[in-house]
Amino acid sequence: MKEHIDQTIKLSPEILNHVREWKDKPGNLIMILHKVQEEYGYVPREAALKLTELLDIPLAKVYGVLTFYHLFKLKKPGKYPIQVCMGTACYLKGGEDIIRELENLLGIGVNQISEDGLFSIEAVRCIGCCGLAPVMTIGGEVFGKVKREQLAEILARFKE
Amino acid sequence: MTTAIVKAKINGLAVEVPAGTTILDAATKAHVKIPTLCKHPDLEASAGCGICIVRVNGSNKLLRACCTEIEQGMEITTHDSEIVEVRRTVLELILANHPNDCLQCGRNNNCELQRLAADFGIREVPFPHFLPAFGMIRDYSTGTIILDAEKCIKCGRCVDVCQNIQNVWALNFVGRGVKIRIAPAGDIVLGESPCVKCGQCSAHCPTGAITEYDNTRDVWEALYDPDKYCIVQIAPAVRVAVGEAFGFEPGTNLTKKLYSVLRRIGFKTVFDTNFSADLTIMEEATEFVQRFAHGKGALPLITSCCPAWVDFMEKYETDMIDNFSTCKSPQQMMGAMTKTYYAEQQGLPPEKIFMVSIMPCTAKKFEIQRSRDMSSSGVQDTDVVLTTRELSRMIKQSGIDFVNLPDDSPDHIMGDYTGAGTIFAATGGVMEAAIRTAYYFVTGENLADVNIEAVRGLQGVKEGEVDIRGTTVKVAVAHGLANVEYVLDKVRKAKEDGKEPPYHFIEVMACPGGCVGGGGQPYGVTDEIRLKRAEGIYQDDADHEIRCSHDNPMIQKIYADYLGKPGSEKSHHLLHTKYVSRPLYTK
Repeated sequence: MKEHIDQTIKLSPEILNHVREWKDKPGNLIMILHKVQEEYGYVPREAALKLTELLDIPLAKVYGVLTFYHLFKLKKPGKYPIQVCMGTACYLKGGEDIIRELENLLGIGVNQISEDGLFSIEAVRCIGCCGLAPVMTIGGEVFGKVKREQLAEILARFKE
Repeated sequence: MTTAIVKAKINGLAVEVPAGTTILDAATKAHVKIPTLCKHPDLEASAGCGICIVRVNGSNKLLRACCTEIEQGMEITTHDSEIVEVRRTVLELILANHPNDCLQCGRNNNCELQRLAADFGIREVPFPHFLPAFGMIRDYSTGTIILDAEKCIKCGRCVDVCQNIQNVWALNFVGRGVKIRIAPAGDIVLGESPCVKCGQCSAHCPTGAITEYDNTRDVWEALYDPDKYCIVQIAPAVRVAVGEAFGFEPGTNLTKKLYSVLRRIGFKTVFDTNFSADLTIMEEATEFVQRFAHGKGALPLITSCCPAWVDFMEKYETDMIDNFSTCKSPQQMMGAMTKTYYAEQQGLPPEKIFMVSIMPCTAKKFEIQRSRDMSSSGVQDTDVVLTTRELSRMIKQSGIDFVNLPDDSPDHIMGDYTGAGTIFAATGGVMEAAIRTAYYFVTGENLADVNIEAVRGLQGVKEGEVDIRGTTVKVAVAHGLANVEYVLDKVRKAKEDGKEPPYHFIEVMACPGGCVGGGGQPYGVTDEIRLKRAEGIYQDDADHEIRCSHDNPMIQKIYADYLGKPGSEKSHHLLHTKYVSRPLYTK
C-alpha cells in the first residue's frame, strides 16, 4: 500500500537508527514511539505520520497505541514538565495539595501548559522514592518532602 | 479430505456438525437462538459483548458461544435462570452507558440493542446512568455518514469492517477504558481521515452510532417548492432491496412499484439509472476497445463507477490513475444528460431542475461534489442523493400504500434499459455488461451466450478469460476493498518485471457483493441476503429481451440526437472525468 503524506518533519538520525533496529521485531511500534517521545517530549503528529511510512502501518494503528497508553503524550509539554506523584504514600502526604497549589500559581490545570510555555503539570503514579513523599519532579529534577509554601520559590528558580 | 463430524447435545437435543463449528452456529442449526450483539456473520467473532454465553457441562465458566468451537460429547445449555440473568445484567450495564433517546435515533425500530432490550423486557436499569463526555459528539464532517460516539457500544464491528474488509483504516478504537471511542486517528474528524464514505460501518453498526446522513428533508422541500422541477433516478441495486423495509423477501424486484410511488410522491419525471448504466457501457466499452485493440491508453483498464473505490484509488493507489476509466458513474451521467439533453428537449432551464438520485450507497452523496466535472451542465448535475434506507422512510412518511401500489412505467427516453444496465448492481455486473458490448464493437456480432458466469458470485476475487474471436481478454473482478490489493499487486509485479499485464480489464466495487450490499441498503445484510438480491438482479437481466447496452434503441437515439458517437467530444465533456492524487489525511 502506498502512503503519500505531506512530510514536513525530519526525524533525527537517532530515531531513524532506532527504527531500523526495531523495524522487523515484534512490539516495534511501542519501542519506536518511546524513542520519539524521548526526543520531542511528546509524539508530534508529523512524526507519527512519518512512522506510518517507515513502518508501512496505518496512522489509525499508531494512534490506537498512542491513546491506549497514558505514558504517551500527544501535546507538547512545557519546557519544564512538572510531575507530581500521586502514588499511595505521596497521596497520603498531601500530593493533591501540591497539585492544587501549582494550579493556582501557574493558572493552569493538570495536563495543561502555562502561557509562557515553561511549565506543564502532570499527575503521575509512584516514581519510586516514597520515603521522600510528597515528591515532584520538575524538568527531571527531583524535589522531596515538598511543602506547599516552597512551591512559588521553586518555580521562580526555573523562570530565571 | 472429509471433515470430521462432531456429535454433541444442545439443551438435550442431539446435534451433528462438522468439526470447527462454533456453538453459536451449531445452535442455529438446531433451531436454538442464542442472543448475540457484537457478532456479525460477515465478521470474525470478537467475543466483545458477552451476551451469547452458554453453559458447558464440565466447565465452571460460562463460555461465549460465538467463539467457542463445539467439541465431541459436549453437553450445552443455552438457557437457564442463571444464564438469562447474566445476559440481562450485561444488557443493563450496556444500557447504563447508552443514551436513551431512542425516539430521536436514526435506528429507532431497527436497532439490535433496542430489540434485545425489548426481548428481555427491560423496564428499568439498576445502575446509575452515566454517559462519558466525549470531545467530539456527532461527527457530520463527511456529509455522508454521521458518527455518534455516545451511542457506540464498543462492539468493534465498524473498526473490523473498516480495517479488515475495506482496508481503509479510517476508524480505530481511540483511548481506553470508559473513555474508549471509535474515531479516526487523532484529534480530527472523519472528513479529514482516509474515510472513503463506503458506509459499510453504518451497515454493520448494531446501534445508531453510525448512520447515513439524512437528506430526506432537502428532497421534501424541493418537492414542495413550485419553482423546482424534481426529477428522480433509481439505481440498479435499490429495486431488489427496498422491499425489505416493507416485508418483501430480499431480491424481490420492485422496479415498477418504485416508478409508481416516486410519481405519487411528486417527482415530475422518473428516470432509471439503468439507462445511464447502458450509457456508461457504451463509453467504457469504447474506451476498452481503444486501449485493448488499438493500443491507445494504459492496460488494464479499471472501472470507475464506484465512488468509494474512486476515493480509495485517489488516496491509496495513485499509481493506477492512468489505468482508471475516465467514464463517470451512471449516476453522474444521468445528472449531466438530464440537465443538458433533457432540459433542452423540454425547454427547462437546468438551474430549475432538482435532480434526486436513489442509491444503495452513502459514497454517492460525496460523489455529486467530488470535482468540478460533476457540474458539467453548468450547475451541479445531481442535487441530492438518498440511500435506499432514506427512500423507505420517505415512502412511509408519504402515506402511500407502497405494498399494494399498481405498477407504472418510467419516463422516456432515459428510463429504458437493457439487462446489461441492471446487472451493474451485482459484483461482476459492470464487467459482464462491458464485455457484451466490447465483443460487439470488435466483432460486429453479439455473443452467442451473453451470460458470463465466471464473473458472477460472491468470491472476493474472480478471474476469467473471454475469447473475442481468437483474442483472449483476461479479466478480474474484486469487491470488498481489501481484495483489491491482490489484483493490483499482480499488475504491479508484471509491470516491474517488464511482462504483459496479467489482466486487460479489472472491475472493482468497494462493498462486498457490489452495490446490492451497499452501505446505504437496508440493515441486516449477510451473504445470504446479498445472494438473494443478486438473484433478483440476474432474473431482471434474463427477463429482458434486449440484454446488451448497444442494442438499447433509446441509447442509439441519444447518440443520434445528441452525443454523436461514443467517445465524441460532447461525450467527453459531459460523461468523462479526471482523477488526482489526494492525501490520506488533510490534518
